[in-house]
Amino acid sequence: MNARINEIWVYLAASPLLGLALTLLAYQGAVWVNRRCNGHPLANPVLIAVVTLVLLLWVSGTAYRTYFDGAQFVHFLLGLATVALAIPLHAQLGRLKRMAGPLLIALLGGSLTAAVSAVLIGRVLGASDATVLSLAPKSVTTPIAMGIAERLGGLPSLTAVLVILTGILGAVGAQWVYALMKCQDPAVRGFSLGIASHGIGTARAFQVGEETGAFAALGMGLNGLLTAVLLPWLMPTLMRWVG
Amino acid sequence: MLKAITLLLLFQLAGETIAMLFRLSVPGPVIGMGLLFVALMLRGGASIELRNTAQNLLQHLSLLFVPAGVGVMLHFNRIADKWLPILIALPASTFATIGVTALLLRALHREEAGEQP
Repeated sequence: MNARINEIWVYLAASPLLGLALTLLAYQGAVWVNRRCNGHPLANPVLIAVVTLVLLLWVSGTAYRTYFDGAQFVHFLLGLATVALAIPLHAQLGRLKRMAGPLLIALLGGSLTAAVSAVLIGRVLGASDATVLSLAPKSVTTPIAMGIAERLGGLPSLTAVLVILTGILGAVGAQWVYALMKCQDPAVRGFSLGIASHGIGTARAFQVGEETGAFAALGMGLNGLLTAVLLPWLMPTLMRWVG
Repeated sequence: MLKAITLLLLFQLAGETIAMLFRLSVPGPVIGMGLLFVALMLRGGASIELRNTAQNLLQHLSLLFVPAGVGVMLHFNRIADKWLPILIALPASTFATIGVTALLLRALHREEAGEQP
């Protein structure tokens, strides 16, 4: 009997079926927990699903590669969803046009704050050059951030970890910032969350509402573009300055 | 549904092609989003089918980050020896970014909108 179970396990563990099914199950479980907590941001579905799956992989001794063979089908849709962000964005076209000036200035301020504050705080607390350079692009979406880190001389794989953590932190904690400044406007909330916490912040914003999500998508996209242009030019000066 | 997904894939394909062709550091899907946005502006809006498909897809945007998130968490040991600066810099910088952006946007937007709260 044990041999038979082992045989089934070996078969399942090698097929993409298990990774895919586990991803969907873990996510739906996380959404259920999130609903039970009345959508509280601390019960973030990405965070819960990721922690559950990491524990499962760790306990069962499954390699990430094996898991990803199945999970890649979900991962693939990320590109498609990114393109689809244009649609809610376009639905806000009227507001975007009216707010164009303020949006661009807020973008510049937010983008600079994201990079400069991370570098300064990291440096003050004794982080190495490589760590500081990996921290700088933490607020932009993973592929852009890894490319920037590489060009700056940081560690792209460290940046990938920092980007995901930043996304989760923003999605979980943004509510405290908004409460502190008594901010209700979905445009302001969405835009700032997209700039600080890229896609994971945007996913959180879509849970709140369509308008919040649209502005988050805009913030994420614009900050990705701006940071890719700005950082390679700004960082050498900043690094000389912080010593 | 099928038409809308095909359209989204084609825009992603166009975005990836442009990114590769010009060796851009911006990922293909982000360029695809820009292209689709321009196309929607020229066309005056999305069809109901496209809008519904996008809504279904974006409703579960969180799910799509799970596989990458799992991969990243397995590399947690990368931050083990530099945890103190990261533990403080990440939340402080993230919340500062949210605060600065929101304050700027609110202040400027209010000014432009006149007396509106």
